[in-house]
Amino acid sequence: MRFEIKTIETDVLIIGGGTAGCFCALTISEQSDLNVVITDKAHIKRSGCLAAGVNALNAYIGKGETPESFVDYVRGDSEGVIREDLVYSIAQRLNKVAQRLEELGVPILKDQNGEYVQRGPRSVKINGENIKPLLAEAVLDKENINVLNHVNIVDYLVKDGVVVGAVGFSLKDNKIYEIYAKKTVCATGGAAGLYKPNNPAFSRHKMWYSPFNTGAGYAMGVRAGAEMTTFEMRFIALRCKDTIAPTGTISQGINTVQVNAKGEEYVGKYGEPTTYMRLYATVKENLKGNGPCFLKTRGITREQQNELIKAYLNMAPAQALKWVEMNSGPAEENVEIEGTEPYIVGGHAASGYWVDGDRRTTIQNLYAIGDVAGGSPKKYVTGCLAEGEIAAMSILETIKEGHIVRLSRDEISGKSKDILHFFSNEPPLYTIEEVEGAMQKVMDEYAGGISMAYIYNNAKLAIAAKRIEELLTIVEALKAESLHELLSIFEIIDRLFVCKVLIKHLEARQETRWRCYQENGDYPQKDDDRWMKYVNSVYKDGEVQIMLRELVGRDEAYEHPSQ
Amino acid sequence: MSIQVNKAKCVSCGQCCDVCPGNLIQKDKNDKAYIKYPQECWGCIACVKECSVGAIKYHLGIDIGGKGGYLYTKNRGDYMDWFIVSLDRRKHQITINKKESNKY
Ligand SMILES: Cc1cc2nc3c(=O)[nH]c(=O)nc-3n(C[C@H](O)[C@H](O)[C@H](O)COP(=O)(O)OP(=O)(O)OC[C@H]3O[C@@H](n4cnc5c(N)ncnc54)[C@H](O)[C@@H]3O)c2cc1C
Ligand code: SF4
Ligand code: SF4
Repeated sequence: MRFEIKTIETDVLIIGGGTAGCFCALTISEQSDLNVVITDKAHIKRSGCLAAGVNALNAYIGKGETPESFVDYVRGDSEGVIREDLVYSIAQRLNKVAQRLEELGVPILKDQNGEYVQRGPRSVKINGENIKPLLAEAVLDKENINVLNHVNIVDYLVKDGVVVGAVGFSLKDNKIYEIYAKKTVCATGGAAGLYKPNNPAFSRHKMWYSPFNTGAGYAMGVRAGAEMTTFEMRFIALRCKDTIAPTGTISQGINTVQVNAKGEEYVGKYGEPTTYMRLYATVKENLKGNGPCFLKTRGITREQQNELIKAYLNMAPAQALKWVEMNSGPAEENVEIEGTEPYIVGGHAASGYWVDGDRRTTIQNLYAIGDVAGGSPKKYVTGCLAEGEIAAMSILETIKEGHIVRLSRDEISGKSKDILHFFSNEPPLYTIEEVEGAMQKVMDEYAGGISMAYIYNNAKLAIAAKRIEELLTIVEALKAESLHELLSIFEIIDRLFVCKVLIKHLEARQETRWRCYQENGDYPQKDDDRWMKYVNSVYKDGEVQIMLRELVGRDEAYEHPSQ
Repeated sequence: MSIQVNKAKCVSCGQCCDVCPGNLIQKDKNDKAYIKYPQECWGCIACVKECSVGAIKYHLGIDIGGKGGYLYTKNRGDYMDWFIVSLDRRKHQITINKKESNKY
């Protein structure tokens, strides 16, 4: 197969044209005439988490709340180990970016006084079906933003320890892209598909997080030696059974409670109803034989039911189809709920790049925003937009110092060989799908997946670590017959890298801080004396090296030591 | 979780192939769209909404409770018509104003 190498130079390269990436590009474009290139593995019209739509803006400073009380809430819900400085900087921008979304055309529900109607203290009601096409349209309107759809980025281009761009390949034609930029922004979202999913048969991709966000940004950063934080705080969602559709629309929208098969409200038995405790309580009830568990919807009005069906069509149509097909609905039947497989996602939990206040990573000229950036849980859509804006402002301030640096011809042809050798491999013993299954099985059984009620211990992690290493060797022999298969191979490699780092983080935290998310069977209690700390890591000489860092307060201006 | 393309209806515009966030839809040798990797479908229905001739329908996998029904949409400016057809051929229509927020 012949491949053409396309070389592009730009001021700013944004990898991933999702929520955070699009907004970062828009902000730069509106405030300067810098050239921006966005690359996305799909088409930005419907790529990433927002493809089907979302149901609410879940991070917002509602009436009676302040940015300070928002940080207090996130800290409490996350057992204290968050980057308060990052959450605070997001909190200060949430309402402004929500308004911007409305200007872009996203309908937000208003009362007679023209004020947003809240779904909860920190959430407003919207119609989020069209949110991604609206963002994409705004981006495509800008002359100084060049969007490369269907270009999958594989790695950063690094020269003397500085990120100078990225390399990837097209999914539509035989082209390798080498893109050089003064500043590079990673916005590739989180990682799904690490663990055996809820529906492992035909509907294996009917999962909550986007199955097409496969942790590429984390993996590229790990390989380039960027510092990562809090991977051990996995995110596990409590969702509608089978369709894995969100539950907040029901539980917050019409205020329902969680009940077990006997009809008992069970969450209170387990302690404070934080996000992870509602999940933990559900897992425990099932283990005790009290399942299935439900959201108690029986008895809601027909009108409420019809509105719920509409709300689900606007963000998780599978659930609406399920109700209508059953010839029933939430008014007649309670909605069964279950925990998902664990994801690594910095927009809900705190896993991701270790960044400073400007969202700079520890590698020079590289920023990270959105679900791929760590330290600030519960950022959701508006928090991702806020981070896009924060990074944009820093880029506008600092880009004058930047210049384009290119790799040598030899270095680039080495990179393209690394990508293309999968076409010339001999037919291997194992298929891509088999390797994926092997990875998900070992993570499920030995690194706290669904079948283990999310609990792991160090003896199990050691087995997982060994197997992931073996798989990392085996993937090198996989063979691609098409561009899509090449993509699948890189997706597995990236997920294996994420697993490798995740296992080290799970092992490092010798306590149980967040039940289910991080539940270490060897250390079943929370230990505030020793573990009010971040677990961070750097990949060096083939090893994941763990380091512990002290908590950063909300008014601190955290800077990386090297910058 | 997956979709099916009615090849007789497909007018080969290629929109669905472009917009699928997983790059799962391709064209066959007659230039008609088909889902090449049905098990990799997320069920986002971006493709269904994109198809202006209603050639794509979406169904629940049997492993997650599918009962043979399916869903498709029709775009009418500010409105989206949603059709859900159950196995017994009953057709439910739900119309949503795109400019209106959800109640919940
Ligand atoms: C199903 C679901 C429902 C949600 N509902 C809500 C809600 O109701 N309210 C709310 O506030 N939040 C909600 N969230 C959370 C919110 O949507 C996310 O936090 C946010 O969209 C993440 O933005 P992002 O830019 O980090 O990632 P994304 O928007 O997912 O963007 C990542 C982009 O990177 C691209 N990409 C990935 N890898 C590569 C690569 N190697 N090369 C090139 N491109 C790549 C992807 O195609 C994608 O476009 C929901 C999330 C999900 C998954
Ligand atoms: S439903 Fe979504 S993931 Fe499935 S084929 Fe259509 S666009 Fe692709
Ligand atoms: S969008 Fe519809 S008409 Fe166009 S290629 Fe796809 S199936 Fe065919």
